[in-house]
Amino acid sequence: METLLEIKDLSKSFDLHNLGKHIRAVSNVDIQIKEGEFVGITGKSGSGKSTILKCIYGTYRIQQGSIWYHSKKFGPINLAEATERELLYLRKHEIGYVSQFLNVMPRTTARQLVKQAILEMGDDHDLAEKETEKILAHFELDEELWDSYPTTFSGGEKLRLNIARAMVKKPRLLLLDEPTASLDHDSKLKVKLLIEQLMKEGTTMLGIFHDLEFMNHLCNQEYNMQNGIFSHSTSFTNS
Amino acid sequence: MAEFEVPVLSIKNLNKQFGSGCPRCQDGESPSFVKNYCPICGTVYACRDVSFDVFPGEVLGIVGESGSGKSTLMQCLYFDQEVTAGEAYLADYHNGEKNLFQESSQQQRYIRNNIMGKVYQNPLLGLKMNFSSIGNIAEKLIAAGNQHVGMMENRGTELLNKVNIPVHRRKEAPKNFSGGMQQRVQIAKALSNRPPLLLLDEVTTGLDLSVQASVLDLIKSLQRELNISIVLVSHDLGVIRMLADRTLVMLEGRVIEQGLTDQILEDPQHPYTQQLVHSLL
Ligand SMILES: Nc1ncnc2c1ncn2[C@@H]1O[C@H](COP(=O)(O)OP(=O)(O)OP(=O)(O)O)[C@@H](O)[C@H]1O
Ligand SMILES: Nc1ncnc2c1ncn2[C@@H]1O[C@H](COP(=O)(O)OP(=O)(O)O)[C@@H](O)[C@H]1O
Ligand SMILES: [Mg+2]
Ligand SMILES: [Mg+2]
Ligand SMILES: [Zn+2]
Repeated sequence: METLLEIKDLSKSFDLHNLGKHIRAVSNVDIQIKEGEFVGITGKSGSGKSTILKCIYGTYRIQQGSIWYHSKKFGPINLAEATERELLYLRKHEIGYVSQFLNVMPRTTARQLVKQAILEMGDDHDLAEKETEKILAHFELDEELWDSYPTTFSGGEKLRLNIARAMVKKPRLLLLDEPTASLDHDSKLKVKLLIEQLMKEGTTMLGIFHDLEFMNHLCNQEYNMQNGIFSHSTSFTNS
Repeated sequence: MAEFEVPVLSIKNLNKQFGSGCPRCQDGESPSFVKNYCPICGTVYACRDVSFDVFPGEVLGIVGESGSGKSTLMQCLYFDQEVTAGEAYLADYHNGEKNLFQESSQQQRYIRNNIMGKVYQNPLLGLKMNFSSIGNIAEKLIAAGNQHVGMMENRGTELLNKVNIPVHRRKEAPKNFSGGMQQRVQIAKALSNRPPLLLLDEVTTGLDLSVQASVLDLIKSLQRELNISIVLVSHDLGVIRMLADRTLVMLEGRVIEQGLTDQILEDPQHPYTQQLVHSLL
């Protein structure tokens, strides 16, 4: 299978000028992900896991190393050198990001949120409306929640909405930053089913999970972080 | 890689100074400067070498402290001020091949009336307070060459409705309205000729928080619906966070940093931006 993402010698540090601090978050990371794989990152808190995902998504600037992504639109593109507009395009059409925090606009209903995500990719309002209802039902979000504000949702509901919003676009690459943290067992199972379904549909995933059992069950490859240093610990051949 | 899309607006090396400069500060740089001010001759270098592009359907945020040159920049873009030097190109004007700053004032008026809309922080600058609200909108429609009264009436009503001004109040003058409503009328007026580009200068500054939120909601939903490009100036990072896709940071007349809005907020590079972001948190 084709390589979808290749991280080479990625290092990231933060210079906090006003505090006179220099924080080294990750050093010399190499990761290779093939299309359709599920790759997990493990490591203790502060070891730099989220930093890697944020470098891929463009939330953090990449200072050293390269991240080659095989884009449908642009072909092979080094995300470290991509323009802001190219990154925005990829976020809209190819790369999704889910974290445990639901970053939503105030006064935007669940229905509007999902519909907006769909409309970022096309402008058929009727179709978007239908798709929205389909996905909200699929994610077992109570119908009475569809037209209310996610700021009032429970953690599990927020998360399902969050994943629904990312999933409805069928991204080629989905970045998952501890999406199951703070969920109860049932909600975790639901999320797991959703992830499995996404895998079946061909989405490639790079994920961070606290729950190792959960992760081992899904992963094709696992990388372990220790103090910003990376090691490729396991490669599973099942898929 | 070649750019995959064409900017709606392209600004190159825009400079604006107030005062004629002296031998000590002529290149816009001097060791005796106090910020961007030459104490010897009193010249202010309000915008220095500002360049940026605005792309279709995006919201570009501009943030910076008071006096950093944000409003001056917006005034230059709308021809409220004459630039000292620089170039501007609009995709919708002669295929982006003519420098707007060198066009005649008649052409500049055409551009203002047809290709851009602007909303001022101070509604007194954007509205005739004694005209009816719908009359304010008609004024802009007429300036763009419309003559048909019925059509203007319809368009005005439709716009006021869009910005949530009750239809029965359309004949009232903005001076009777609250600050939030006045900004809504300004927005309706700015949108009247369906411009591809909207300039917003501190449109919510000074409004109550809840009113501010409703105006921001309005801008957000209009932007989605009309897929219009917006340049949004604010000193408030909360406003920028909520609306802008990309953000420029200005300090003493210069753009010191630009990036995706979440990048500017989570991984600011310049010491000034870090100070700005961290003082917010
Ligand atoms: N007409 C003018 N004549 C002289 N100086 C001016 C004029 N307009 C602006 N300036 C100066 O240019 C600089 C930039 O002002 P500007 O109004 O653009 O700042 P701003 O970034 O919009 O600030 P704020 O956040 O307070 O609105 C300031 O030093 C200001 O005093
Ligand atoms: N935006 C940031 N600014 C400054 N330091 C940061 C930032 N993001 C992460 N760090 C630092 O980088 C290191 C790695 O953090 P992170 O990637 O969040 O770890 P993990 O996700 O593995 O818990 C930590 O020391 C953290 O404090
Ligand atoms: Mg983390
Ligand atoms: Mg100003
Ligand atoms: Zn001088």
